[in-house]
Amino acid sequence: MVHEQPNISPVPFKKLAERPELLTGGHRLCAGCAESIIVRQVLMASRYPVVVVLGTGCLEVATTVYPSTAWEVPVLHCAFENAAATASGVQAAYHALKASGRLALPELRVVVFAGDGGTYDIGLQSLSGALERGTRFTYVCLNNEGYMNTGIQRSSATPFGAETTTTPAGEQATGKIEWRKNLTDIIAAHNIPYMAQSAPSAYRPHDLKTKAAKAFEAEGPSFINVLSACTRGWRYEPEQTIAVTELAVETCYWPLFEVIDGKWQLNYKPRRKRPIRDWLAVQGRFQHLLQKPELVEQIQQRIDREWETLLERCGEIAR
Amino acid sequence: MNELTARTGNQAVALAMRQVEPDVCAAYPITPSTIIMETYAQFVADAEARTQLILVESEHSAMSACVGAACAGARVMTATSAQGLALMHEVLYIAAGLRLPIVMAVANRALSAPINIHGDHSDAMGSRDAGWIQLYAQDVQEVYDTVLQAVRIAEHPSVRLPVMVCFDGFTISHGVEELKLLADEEVKDFVGVYKPERYLLDIEHPETFGALVLPDYYIEIKRQQREAMTQALAVIPAIDREFGQRFGRSYGVLEEYQLADAQVAAVVLGATAGTLRAAVDQLRAKGVKAGLLRLRAFRPFPAAQVVRSLSQVKAVAVLDRADSPGTMSGPLLEDVRAALYDAALLPRVAGLVYGLGGREMDEAQAQAVYQTLLDVEQQARPTTSAGYVGLRP
Repeated sequence: MVHEQPNISPVPFKKLAERPELLTGGHRLCAGCAESIIVRQVLMASRYPVVVVLGTGCLEVATTVYPSTAWEVPVLHCAFENAAATASGVQAAYHALKASGRLALPELRVVVFAGDGGTYDIGLQSLSGALERGTRFTYVCLNNEGYMNTGIQRSSATPFGAETTTTPAGEQATGKIEWRKNLTDIIAAHNIPYMAQSAPSAYRPHDLKTKAAKAFEAEGPSFINVLSACTRGWRYEPEQTIAVTELAVETCYWPLFEVIDGKWQLNYKPRRKRPIRDWLAVQGRFQHLLQKPELVEQIQQRIDREWETLLERCGEIAR
Repeated sequence: MNELTARTGNQAVALAMRQVEPDVCAAYPITPSTIIMETYAQFVADAEARTQLILVESEHSAMSACVGAACAGARVMTATSAQGLALMHEVLYIAAGLRLPIVMAVANRALSAPINIHGDHSDAMGSRDAGWIQLYAQDVQEVYDTVLQAVRIAEHPSVRLPVMVCFDGFTISHGVEELKLLADEEVKDFVGVYKPERYLLDIEHPETFGALVLPDYYIEIKRQQREAMTQALAVIPAIDREFGQRFGRSYGVLEEYQLADAQVAAVVLGATAGTLRAAVDQLRAKGVKAGLLRLRAFRPFPAAQVVRSLSQVKAVAVLDRADSPGTMSGPLLEDVRAALYDAALLPRVAGLVYGLGGREMDEAQAQAVYQTLLDVEQQARPTTSAGYVGLRP
């Protein structure tokens, strides 16, 4: 169950900004990377101390370069594909140690940060297992739609037509030929108390932290898939990160919604849905598509179909 | 103390675990170790052990959850075999690299392909460089005693390394033997309470575990692991001596049988030592100076003691229950020959592979091994290597 009215006082951003930073500056993420924005917003939403488990990826390698660390909370990095299983172990240890009384342990929250690589692909088994076992943790997928840490290779989260180093455009190729995997449906099928899709936003600044707060209150596993714009992999200027993310939302490429105890709920419906071409045009990884209107149309139709399906599920339109 | 019963090796592991009562156990079934977890699950269900059991979806996740739990500050145990051990391979290195005192029972079984569920040592041998301590037991009693000792060895402040307790699949895991059990309080008193120096759930003192280490520091951290393994060479017999003083049984890092004046000797790990001891007895009755060296610690490898045990012997057969194709024989042969290389006196050392995929060595074959050594000793035949015991003609 997720409480309908979570006990989160809507703390203004100004007050949140006064809290100590749990991910400090000085890390080595690229200028313009959305990951640190997302991590800081998620962490500031927790009422309780957090323990973080990281999957291998940009965030991990950029924030834990021995002998320094950017983290002011306990962090464990184990391997690439097993953050969820590792978190199951941490959670079990917490229960055991608390029950035995050997350590004085406060209430806390276990948070996993992993990329789409470690979540959609190599980490899917581990995630599914942890969800099935009902491990109480919040899994945040930092979805930059590719294996960015290793230099921009395709993942199953990479969208149709995107150029990556393993799906380059060329004489006889137009980027990735498969549509992105629908991880949200897969997660929803695990019947966990709380699941959401979110993105860092200037126009909807409370979306991510509110969802994180709800996730932390869920009595069971919770999952948030967050679109994480990547200036290097998507090829746009670093200062455009939030603007590019807004386009994903306004074109309905990346809808914002929640699934609370199995009930689908839309969080934002653009008053004027923008054409998908607006989203494609600002990113270098899609430039080769702009000369192929039939592919752009194909993408538009598929996005429209998915949006319609989501609207139906959320009860926004009749079937 | 020493309540006499009859149990299989798997049951002995589960009983030892019940008395240690680890905080967390994450495991996945695989033959022939499955029964350990089934037995343990029943203990937990009957409130005879307070352990958080995580019934994971693969062995890779089993070891990952063990790493998470151990890093968090819990005492952690698990069990596996063969493909399961192979599947958790990368995480074994992580457990050792993070210096986590996880104890794992391994009912040794052949690695595919071909698929074969029976006993040999290829699984543990495949992980011999992962940084885990590897101890090989030869019977049910030793499995029980070694699991208990392993907890102390792993958690020892000079060591802080994970420990594998290895025993032959089916032969020991499923064979019923006499087992003397300690009392619950005796075990609790012996293993004590786990007090980690640093742990993830220490919210007041946040640390980052599993950091990225670039070329400027990586080797030094690995060197610390090597030092810990070296320390283990002293800690293993020390814990074993303490165990012996308290409970009347001790094993050391190796066992010498009729070795003092032996002219020919075999070197072996695990259960087949029993068959070889019988062969030694028969040969001694006929006046042949035969002996046996059974290694209990394989990692760390007790090189100095091996040299002392074997140096006066004229011909040695190292029996490997795992093969290392492209080398002279198996992994045990490599380590024994490497240890002997600088010895003042050098026996002739032959390597033989036996028992792969569960084909047990019988007494006739054991005798034949010694006969080969006698021929080698008398230089009637050159040193043989890469031979197999009991190969079909």
